[in-house]
Amino acid sequence: MVSLNQLIAVCLLYVIGLFAVAFAAERAAVRGHGDWLLRSPLVYTLSLSIYCTAWTFYGAVGYAARSGLEFVTIYLGPSIVMIGWWWILRRLVRIGRSHRVTSVADLISSRYGKSNLLAILVTTMAVIGVTPYIALQLQSVTLSLSIFASAETGAAPGADPINSAQAAFWVAVGLTLFTVLFGTRNLNVNERHHGVVIAIAVEAVVKLLALLAVGIFVVWGLAGGIDEAMAQIDRSPMGHWQVEGGRWVALTLLAAAAFICLPRMFQVLVVENDDERHLQIASWAFPLYLMLMSLFVVPIAVVGLDLLPEGSNPDLFVLSLPLSQGQSNLAMFAFLGGFSSATSMVIVATLALSTMVSNHIVMPIWLAYGQNTVQQSGDVRHVVILSRRLSILLIISLGYFYYRLSGGGGALAAIGTISFGGVAQFLPALLGGIFWRGATRIGAVTGLCVGFALWIFTMLLPSFGAGAALSAATFEQGLFGIVWLRPEALFGVRGLDPTVHAVIWSLSLNTLSFILASLFSFPSPMERLQGAQFVNIFDHSSPARGWTASVAASEDLMIMAQRILGAPEAQAFFRAQARLQEKSEGLPEPTPRFVQALERELAASVGAATAHAMVSQLVGGASVSVQDLLAVADESAQMLEYSSQLEIKSRALTDTAAKLRRANEKLTQLSHQKDSFLSQISHELRTPMTSIRSFSEILRDAKGLNPEEKTRYASIIHSETIRLTRLLDDLLDLSVLENGEVTLNQQSGTLQELLDRAITTASAAATRAIVIDRNRSTENIQLETDLDRLVQVFINLITNAQKYCGAEQPELKIRTRLINGCVEVDLIDNGTGIEPESRDLIFEKFSRVPGQGGEGAGLGLAICREIITRLQGTIGYMPDTPGTGFRITLPQTHSVQERKTKTLIDQA
Amino acid sequence: MNRYPGTPLFLERRSYRFRRMMDAVRLLPFIVLAFWMVPLLWPVHETATAETVPMSHALRYIFGAWLAAVILCFVLWRRTSSQIEQENKG
Repeated sequence: MVSLNQLIAVCLLYVIGLFAVAFAAERAAVRGHGDWLLRSPLVYTLSLSIYCTAWTFYGAVGYAARSGLEFVTIYLGPSIVMIGWWWILRRLVRIGRSHRVTSVADLISSRYGKSNLLAILVTTMAVIGVTPYIALQLQSVTLSLSIFASAETGAAPGADPINSAQAAFWVAVGLTLFTVLFGTRNLNVNERHHGVVIAIAVEAVVKLLALLAVGIFVVWGLAGGIDEAMAQIDRSPMGHWQVEGGRWVALTLLAAAAFICLPRMFQVLVVENDDERHLQIASWAFPLYLMLMSLFVVPIAVVGLDLLPEGSNPDLFVLSLPLSQGQSNLAMFAFLGGFSSATSMVIVATLALSTMVSNHIVMPIWLAYGQNTVQQSGDVRHVVILSRRLSILLIISLGYFYYRLSGGGGALAAIGTISFGGVAQFLPALLGGIFWRGATRIGAVTGLCVGFALWIFTMLLPSFGAGAALSAATFEQGLFGIVWLRPEALFGVRGLDPTVHAVIWSLSLNTLSFILASLFSFPSPMERLQGAQFVNIFDHSSPARGWTASVAASEDLMIMAQRILGAPEAQAFFRAQARLQEKSEGLPEPTPRFVQALERELAASVGAATAHAMVSQLVGGASVSVQDLLAVADESAQMLEYSSQLEIKSRALTDTAAKLRRANEKLTQLSHQKDSFLSQISHELRTPMTSIRSFSEILRDAKGLNPEEKTRYASIIHSETIRLTRLLDDLLDLSVLENGEVTLNQQSGTLQELLDRAITTASAAATRAIVIDRNRSTENIQLETDLDRLVQVFINLITNAQKYCGAEQPELKIRTRLINGCVEVDLIDNGTGIEPESRDLIFEKFSRVPGQGGEGAGLGLAICREIITRLQGTIGYMPDTPGTGFRITLPQTHSVQERKTKTLIDQA
Repeated sequence: MNRYPGTPLFLERRSYRFRRMMDAVRLLPFIVLAFWMVPLLWPVHETATAETVPMSHALRYIFGAWLAAVILCFVLWRRTSSQIEQENKG
């Protein structure tokens, strides 16, 4: 039989051992040793075991003894969550890591626009919800001590053989000491508390082994093997399945929700996680741990009910069963297991809660009352650390006073369930926040308030019993006498199990009001920004722009960062940021990206909302660019604008391309014309040249030429020279005309005189007579223009008719008329006319109508057109006359101007 | 689960297997939940003990399902962990 003093001595040794382990782990971490263990998935999984508190260790057996297999729901819920890690935990861990989240309150506040109100709300609720749980741990330790004491003194069960209050006090002091020592060593909560983590890992092993040892002792030592144990279970009062369906579902759901929302679980699952891959390993390892923890619960309960005297507290069967069998070492081991469960839970829960209280309640108040304190020099870290230590003290004392006030009554399981119900109220806001972009701050606040109020009214207050917190009348007739507001039959729904009733009403109304308020409220820009980042965490983990920090000087930020992060850490951070900005020395520029990174770094120490408030003090109070981001978020508007811009641009491009194509076509045409002109010219020049050369060679080289031949050859040479000269004259003429270099002389005369002159000149050179048919009566038209040039045109046309008219009796009809100050002259012969396909070309240079023979160079009509154009008239072929007809139209009076601008290319 | 533009429509065998394993990872919690909700179908009689499920059967069923879930989860971890590691690096 162990004495109480022996027990306390062993317990103290165990605690000293834990301190030593924690201390060694901290030392190893500082030196960079032992990463393989400190950062291993095994330690991560074991640290999750703080889910199994004294409630599990002792309470599960009591629970099983009272309600059969129902206790297992408390483990099924978390197992489902872990097995379904891919759905929720993976997101939470990623968000937690990329946003440097410090607690569940920080996550919710950060998601809903870094709202301090939400942070305070969640922190308060968490403290209210978890305090009974901490009290429960203290109670379980003192209860287990009292079991040993009563076994020693032989006191009746239920009596208080030790001073419970004093025992609880010393346990609380010890826990505070441990948490303060190892939980507040570093400010950055994202840095793992290696000492704490390793200590709770050790405790996780101890409690599992202890429970397994008791279980094995009971099954093989007392019951005599598995089959016998099973038979005994079936024979016992709890030998049949008798779990109510509603409770089975509701409790599984509740445990799953609490597993995600409990501040201490969030701490180890998300905040202390430093490798996402560990999550998947824990997804099978942790359900395995839970399964082993609950494997022997039923046998222990059954055997305990069987062997222990009537009235024994089933919550302590784990201890009392070995004790009653004289297995004092096993009992002591079991005691250490229970002690481990209680202490590890209190340490982590206090750590998580103190971070929340200090970051979300103490720091904002401190910031609000110390105006501009951020800019002053001096270390802020001691303020944060001090506030965290005070928070630890506060929370453990709250737990202690709750324990003293509640008098240690009530079954362990009931308190645990109530606590779960309280924190489960975070679930809608949490899940809505990470899956639904439409969730708003107002929705979250509404949902949390509704859910929490209902939890207090239907779960927490009734748990004190009728007449304690709520009067018996309230239970009977409802709040304020309204029958619908009875705490265990809300809205007149009766007959439900109180727990199921409370869980269903609080969670469903919480979710409903959260959704409704979200649907009908509009989020602030910051909320929308954070919402998009949280929900699409896997699409873009990059931090969003938040600050336009032109006003924030890097020096101010440096001073502030040094005070919160500590000088060396802050300097290292600033150096790294400067390197990122590719600055070799000096402070980094206060770019939005840098300020955002700094804010996140600070958030890891003091929480998102506080860090945001601190940075905003320096940066000018507002994250201006968030307003701009609203426009950015308005993606559709942006897309529209962008596409219309594109449209305009593409239209402009199409236009330009068309212009270019036209210009290109023109240039190609021009180059073509130039080529053909050159080749024509050389051809025209070459033909007479060739004959001149040949005949002059004959004259020079041939012997014995008679005089006739000589004369004939010489006259050929002569006529070719004349032709050549004429050609060159024409070319010169044309070129002068086309270049606009011609000088026109204003003269006046009648059309009749002009035609007379032209006919006389043409007939003199003609080889063939042509009959001219004129109507002299109409020709008396006074003209004022360059008459010489006009005569040239007439001569050309008449000569053409003489040369090319195919008729046997060539005849040229000349008709003139005056219409509206315009003179029209038609010259029509009785020939065959010009083929339609050739008509377009007759005015072009060197164009000769095929099949007409002749010796012309094909420049005559081109010259005519040039002259008439100069005289501001037109010349055209008359397609529907019997022979070849040309019509000249020109103004009666032409003010002659020199026009020199026209070039060949322009005209083309 | 969105298919990003540019990812191929069909995958090589290894990637295909990995995707199916990830499908299994996503599906597993629902299957396990379904198994654990089976006890809702068991009769609950306060007095008549003949028809109710004996506690030993209930224990074997619940813990059997639990162990199976753990083993399945373990197998899936073994088959996906190397790929997940690669994706994290990539």
